[in-house]
Amino acid sequence: MQSQLIERAKALLADGTVDRVLGWKAGEFAYDMTPALFSSAQELDEGFAYDAFCGANLSKYLVKESRKGGRVLAFLKPCDTYSMNQLLKEHRILRENVYLIGVPCQGKTDVETLRALGITSITAARQEGEDLVVETLYGQRRIPLAEAMAERCKACKGKKHMIYDERIGEEGELENPDRFGQVAALEAMSSEERFAFWRGELSRCIRCNACRNVCPACTCEQCVFDNPASGVDNKAAATSFEENMFHIIRAFHVAGRCTDCGECSRVCPQRIPLHLLNRKFIKDINTFYGEYQAGEEAEGRTPLTAYTEGDVEPSVVYTKGGND
Amino acid sequence: MQVNEGFKPTIVAFCCNWCSYAGADLAGTNRLQYPADVKIIRVPCSCRVNPLFILRAFQRGADGVILCGCHPGDCHYTTGNYYARRRMTLLFSMLDYLGIERERTRVEWVSAAEGVKFAATMNDFVSTVTALGENKRLEDLRCKAN
Repeated sequence: MQSQLIERAKALLADGTVDRVLGWKAGEFAYDMTPALFSSAQELDEGFAYDAFCGANLSKYLVKESRKGGRVLAFLKPCDTYSMNQLLKEHRILRENVYLIGVPCQGKTDVETLRALGITSITAARQEGEDLVVETLYGQRRIPLAEAMAERCKACKGKKHMIYDERIGEEGELENPDRFGQVAALEAMSSEERFAFWRGELSRCIRCNACRNVCPACTCEQCVFDNPASGVDNKAAATSFEENMFHIIRAFHVAGRCTDCGECSRVCPQRIPLHLLNRKFIKDINTFYGEYQAGEEAEGRTPLTAYTEGDVEPSVVYTKGGND
Repeated sequence: MQVNEGFKPTIVAFCCNWCSYAGADLAGTNRLQYPADVKIIRVPCSCRVNPLFILRAFQRGADGVILCGCHPGDCHYTTGNYYARRRMTLLFSMLDYLGIERERTRVEWVSAAEGVKFAATMNDFVSTVTALGENKRLEDLRCKAN
């Protein structure tokens, strides 16, 4: 797969269709695949990589890349194409300056997931059929892909690309995973239990802002968390209130626009399950305002920029089922 | 309902300029009683209220926050309260999800002619929050000390 992508990128560079290529390359270790820009065939040969660790969603980088002049080629996995569509809907990406190639994805893994399975000292990983083969300093380990996948990939929306100029590999199918099981489990708890759960999670937050920086929905040029006059600017959270507030406001700002790509949870150094906040909003929007999947289309209104006269009243929150 | 003796809650009421604030005025001119614990903040429209305002009120020591606006369909700006309705529904649901007592937040539609409804709503909300007691789950401890 990797060589196929490199060949195609080289061809597009050679015939002048694109000037730069946005892809992934290995960082210090084989498992920290990081987004990177390539501008020549030689650079592609030396650095370009596509494997089971390439979880990073490249669509957000196009906000800036599409404004730098010339045309940029980007490789998008199926879930990244939702973010791409959403950004196009918000007029954040200059479509004519990007060339999109849809690449297949069987689910990505990450080093934390593998460590949890007891695999350390990883030097490489590749997919063989339904298995993930991990090379380590202590020998080879073979695990079923379904087990090795990152949390977010276990609730994959499907392997179908929403937008592309060309596609490598077969067109995939949409899937209908149970995305809201964990949210429903939390909702069924008592108010005290939920409070304790979220205190436990959010109190680990170190306000590194990684979730905001990686989020394809967070593309405001001036973010409220960077505004010193807002009172919630960039600083370590001093109290439990500030820890809560950052996450409530961040989740609210992307409500209705979040495509559930799961990047926030992937990059969190404290492993806070941030996707559970976003999924709660998605679940509520689906329940109250009809099924909606952000990024399915590049046009139309998002649920929070629309309304109907017969919308439910906010008191629905007090009367809904579940424990207090 | 249990009664918390001696506890006086701080209630912040965001009232839209065109309906609810006039409703509060009417309640006043009609000599209708409602607790003085309610601090009214006038906003141009219910949709002016950003979720941050609500959280900020809690941070600065509010025990309950209520948003009052024109009845849906009667907004001075035609559609503002429809947007506010969606936002607040989602915000309150999220606060509930994080384990903050859902009774501390409320939205009521009060028109300029509904002085009686305004007073009744505030009386009811204050007694609900009094029964809940002090806001402990969503507050900034530094603000409470002063």
